[in-house]
Amino acid sequence: MPISRRDILKSLTLTAITGSVLRVIPLEAAEYAHRMVRAAKAAAENQMYTPKFFSAHSYKTLQALCQTIIPSDEEAKGAIEAGAPEFIDLITSENKDYQVALGGGLMWLDNTCIDRYGSVYLDCTPQQQKEILDLIAYRNNAKHDPSLGQGIEFFGFLRKLTADGFFTSEIGIEYLGYIGNTYVKEFPGCPPVPEA
Amino acid sequence: MQVKRTPKTYEVCIIGSGASGGTAAKVLTEGGLSVALLEAGPPLVPERDYKEHVWPYDLPHRGAGVGGRARQGLEDEFLAPNGAWEIEGEPYVSAPGSKFRWFRSRIVGGRTNHWGRIALRMAPVDFKVRSHDGMGDDWPVSYAEVAPYYDKVESYIGVFGTRENIPSAPDGIFLPPPKPRCTETIIKKACDHLNILCIPSRLAILTQPHNGRPACHYCAQCGRGCITASNFSSSQVMIPPAEKTGRLTLITGAMARELVVNKDGKVEAVSYVDTATHEEKRIHARAFIVAASACESARLLLNSKSTLFPDGLANSSGVVGRNLMDTVGSDGGGYFPALEKMPAHNHDGVGGMHMYLPWWKFDRKNEFLRGYHTEFGGGRGMPGVGDYDDLCDDFEGYGSALKRECKKKYGTYIGFAGRGEMIPNENCYCEIDPSAVDQWGIPVLRFHWKWSDNEIKMAKDMQDTYREIVEAAGGVYLTATSPDGPNPYGIADGGVIIHEVGTARMGEHAATSALNQYCQAHDVKNLFVTDGASFVTNADKNPTLTIMALTWRASDYLLDQAKKGNL
Repeated sequence: MPISRRDILKSLTLTAITGSVLRVIPLEAAEYAHRMVRAAKAAAENQMYTPKFFSAHSYKTLQALCQTIIPSDEEAKGAIEAGAPEFIDLITSENKDYQVALGGGLMWLDNTCIDRYGSVYLDCTPQQQKEILDLIAYRNNAKHDPSLGQGIEFFGFLRKLTADGFFTSEIGIEYLGYIGNTYVKEFPGCPPVPEA
Repeated sequence: MQVKRTPKTYEVCIIGSGASGGTAAKVLTEGGLSVALLEAGPPLVPERDYKEHVWPYDLPHRGAGVGGRARQGLEDEFLAPNGAWEIEGEPYVSAPGSKFRWFRSRIVGGRTNHWGRIALRMAPVDFKVRSHDGMGDDWPVSYAEVAPYYDKVESYIGVFGTRENIPSAPDGIFLPPPKPRCTETIIKKACDHLNILCIPSRLAILTQPHNGRPACHYCAQCGRGCITASNFSSSQVMIPPAEKTGRLTLITGAMARELVVNKDGKVEAVSYVDTATHEEKRIHARAFIVAASACESARLLLNSKSTLFPDGLANSSGVVGRNLMDTVGSDGGGYFPALEKMPAHNHDGVGGMHMYLPWWKFDRKNEFLRGYHTEFGGGRGMPGVGDYDDLCDDFEGYGSALKRECKKKYGTYIGFAGRGEMIPNENCYCEIDPSAVDQWGIPVLRFHWKWSDNEIKMAKDMQDTYREIVEAAGGVYLTATSPDGPNPYGIADGGVIIHEVGTARMGEHAATSALNQYCQAHDVKNLFVTDGASFVTNADKNPTLTIMALTWRASDYLLDQAKKGNL
């Protein structure tokens, strides 16, 4: 019979109270508890996501932009696989400023695409999509065309949130090569520093 | 509503369960006294409440918090519970033209659940500043008198460090330090070149099993709280032994409203709000220790007005709320190309710096009085929300090029945090706001704040120094500050460093201080204020270790008085 998380925590508490003056949990038991919590969380994942804030159309556009900002490539999967759109939708649903910045930004993008190309962003050709993104991905472009200002602001903010969503995911953390968040008996110190 | 009275009279009632309250509870109960310990927040259950070893992706908000709180400069989701810059229903006010921020904690152990574990002794000269440079005031107690209590605290809680014989940073009783990280190796080399002191840091984290607690397991997450209690918190290290004596009554959800005095001018009870039931209750005791944190303690004294004490308790001198100090903080950082070449490796270590820069210019005349120490860190830590903001703005664009750039720059930044001594001035104080109350009906604090020239000059020196170190280490200094604006040279707003102290200072004379050298009120003999409020100055040493040493000393004095029948 699998041991539930609650049972483990209960046993840990008992051990701690009887074992020592201080409420201390044996290292191995604590580590085991952490693993159990993670496994339980992993099992609950992988279900179809329903956006909390964005409309179906806006969410599709958001997904497309996230994946363009941090794409899946030969080195690692991208922002969609990393769950960045879900993360962005969740915090946006709770923050009125984000709702204006991102909800409004997506509408700005569609309207600008209609003006320029006759259709919303998602219906534009890949070349048209690249053209508009190349315009709003760099602050300098506002100097030549001030009408891009709002788009540049929006894209700059979305780029940060996408980076957040990607680099705090399991995929992103592995891609960066972070090693840690674990129990080590002794800290090994710095491996040899290569000469600059 | 009827006021309920608990008939029992305790020997001592302590208000606040943090560094000071926890220490007092341990020393007094072990000394044989019965103690009621009041905490405004709930109990703490580390194995339930701490987020140790949780990955960002284990949380739907990835650590950013509801609505991306962490992105707005508020605390992240991983932080140990119930410490916050804003508490719902418990506001505070900054006076017009002042900006002050107040980090408060409502939980057993208080802010020791969140603190940086930096455990530095004040130096002999730090106790006698006026004699040294004519500014501020001397403490009524000397280093030699406090040193035995530093010894007791360090021996009990466990602090790592090394013996260095540096006059500005006295040695203590140390466990061995952890090995340096790569970032620390690089900075140490540059500092050696520049003749700047860089030594192993002194943190209340166990590098060996100590007094029944296991050694650190090097996950770098002390700020989340440590389930194995391998770092110091009052909740896990001070309060359990007090409970073991059977003489401690811990009362949580108890928000102190007022200290009630009898006709002889002694405190006879504390009246508090039971936050669960909203009932008004009282605890009676022979002696009271106020340890609610410097500003919260001042608030309680100022709110305890009576015919005998019309200006608030222990305030015949008028100094309660005055002399408010924080630490001078200015941060800077750089990019180090050499770190790009580091192979992936476990860089976590303890939850804090393995090395630091004590004040090194104590032997010369500087542009400013007093000194600062420097904390630094960076490198290949666990990625978090907001880490890539600056890089996104600098690199711009999108696609695989952006993704690769983020990987390339990962772990190549080192940040420095200057932490210096502020000289108290008449423009920095807290008082009771004339109109606002909190959700319990308790009048709230209003803060006044203004840095003086000395602090601005110190912040400038921090910026100049960090640029020098970064460049000497082959890096590029990225921080840009200006001499103008609300934060000259990047100086942090008041309160931001969370070292607020001084609001009921000790001193030899009742006319100019609230407490004597044992933290006992000049005006009210059975009242002690043992937290940072008692500080006369705020040396460049993080105050927690000194708070605990002074509390231990005050508690020994109180025990002695009790033995002599003077309680």
